[in-house]
Amino acid sequence: MRKGQLFWGAAVVLLAALPPAALALQQPFYLDLVRRVMIFAIAAASLNLILGYGGMVSFGHAAYLGVGGYAVGVLSHYGIDNGWLQWALAIGASALAAAAIGAISIRTSGIYFIMITLAFTQMLYYLGISLDEYGGDDGMRLATRSRFSGLVDLDSPVAFYYLVLALMLLVLYLSHRIVRSRFGRVIRAAKSNEARTRAVGLSPYAYKLAAFVIAGAMGGLAGALLVNHTAYLTPEFMNWTRSGELMFMVILGGMATTAGPLLGAFALLIVEDLLSGWTEHWQVILGPLLVLAVVFFKRGIAGSLFHDRE
Amino acid sequence: MVLVLEQILNGLQLGVMLFLMAAGLTLVFGIMNLVNLAHGSLYMVGAYFAAALYQWTGSFPLAVLLALAGTLAVGIATEVIALRTLYERDHLDQVLATFGLILFFNELVAILWGRAAIYSTVPDYLSGHVELAANFRYPLYRLVIVAVGLAVALLLWFVVARTRLGMLIRAGASNRTMVAALGVNIRLLYTIVFGCGAALAGLAGLLAGPIYVVQPGMGELILIQVFVVIVIGGIGSIRGAFFGALLVGTVDTLGRAFLKPVLAAVLSPTAAEAAGPALASMLIYLLMAAVLAIRPRGLFAARA
Repeated sequence: MRKGQLFWGAAVVLLAALPPAALALQQPFYLDLVRRVMIFAIAAASLNLILGYGGMVSFGHAAYLGVGGYAVGVLSHYGIDNGWLQWALAIGASALAAAAIGAISIRTSGIYFIMITLAFTQMLYYLGISLDEYGGDDGMRLATRSRFSGLVDLDSPVAFYYLVLALMLLVLYLSHRIVRSRFGRVIRAAKSNEARTRAVGLSPYAYKLAAFVIAGAMGGLAGALLVNHTAYLTPEFMNWTRSGELMFMVILGGMATTAGPLLGAFALLIVEDLLSGWTEHWQVILGPLLVLAVVFFKRGIAGSLFHDRE
Repeated sequence: MVLVLEQILNGLQLGVMLFLMAAGLTLVFGIMNLVNLAHGSLYMVGAYFAAALYQWTGSFPLAVLLALAGTLAVGIATEVIALRTLYERDHLDQVLATFGLILFFNELVAILWGRAAIYSTVPDYLSGHVELAANFRYPLYRLVIVAVGLAVALLLWFVVARTRLGMLIRAGASNRTMVAALGVNIRLLYTIVFGCGAALAGLAGLLAGPIYVVQPGMGELILIQVFVVIVIGGIGSIRGAFFGALLVGTVDTLGRAFLKPVLAAVLSPTAAEAAGPALASMLIYLLMAAVLAIRPRGLFAARA
């Protein structure tokens, strides 16, 4: 456990020290990159909740990034830039979307579940493309970033960075607490043996659906952050490759670990950044690397670092 | 009326194309228990091979044969190099690894042929229209696709239901370990099944080339529709894949053609303008959700 505390101490100090360091070295690019990494870490953490702990292989988690992004973008399109309202809508709408998708998907299992979550996200993706009012498949610029009555100014890269850092730590802490609560135990029990869970008198369906909705809400928050980060709203938020990337972040970081989503988001986005800086055809290298990672590196970074299977 | 007939034929044409893809995917899943996202890549490979070979050889039948053989070879190579190690893994690993393969194939195609769409053509004797009834002319090439698709469906039924190979396939689907214990080379059987599935995907791709655009990533657009097909039909069932494909093909085509005018008549033209296209592109997913809400294992679920 001391190893874990050491890791979190070092991680928080390093992440908090990045903005002054990056500005001193005149490399604001890194601020942008790490902010993006942390936003995806939030999304990956929410997926980890259902995929890692709950064993629900959702291949459509990008849907909630999209719903959250559209909630902020659409309100801002009509001149409503109140951040509290925008983010509340983002979280509420994606929780609602997750409830609808989950209610049908969780009735199925295995490969059906994978394909259905993918198909629902694809449905939302096509909905986004057909909304001409909001730019169709080109998307649209975000009119203004969310405003928080002078409390935090998202137009300041450093302030936005620290907000994302704080929210990410909050989400990671929350999911850490959730999986260790009674609720979390039921979710994990349903993953390891659904029949036995039912036999002790618990209904896995309701618990799984609740976890699915919580994960959707967290994904919506990540979507609200992402649209503020890019200042651009597009249906590509919901592209199915995005869902695949989120799954890879969870796996690379280490399934069912607290630090996994952060480490996985770092690993994948940094490798993508390095490869794409090196050659235009970086995906021809990334693809086989990912295959190798799946075949030989199943425990993920956190799994290999900490050993203790929580 | 003519318009409705034409759209029904278009739906049938999309349906048989989806079937060619779905048959391979559902067989591979039913027998090897493998989820293969890279199935769409084989479709793309087939389309590119056919377009390039037709240009190179100048003979359409030759290009088709070579493209089929080429896709078969690519499929077998993929199975031997990458997928064989995944049979024993869970579905999550299979999804992720084959997702990696998609990135690889799309980029490889972009390196070889460029990122821009290429256009392939059909020879003169397959282009033009046929007069099916008075005042009703339909493109010959699309009829050829329907005929090829139905012929393949018949052939598949014959192979699976009436031959020794088909018997092994059915046996492999219901109890792999037992088939292996009876002395059947199960590894070879897997490779043959995967190769056949790849060739069918390649066939769908090369048929699709002249009517859709040929570009990197083209496989994923159809792949997700094919998922809808096999989920509706019941995973592992060829019969389910056939009826699911025809259903999805017609619903999608008719929805795109008639949903807007129908909505305009029922509601208002402005509402139809706004909701029509969105609803049309979501229709097959709604259909899938409805089917699953009633039958969570699809319409023709294979016996477990």
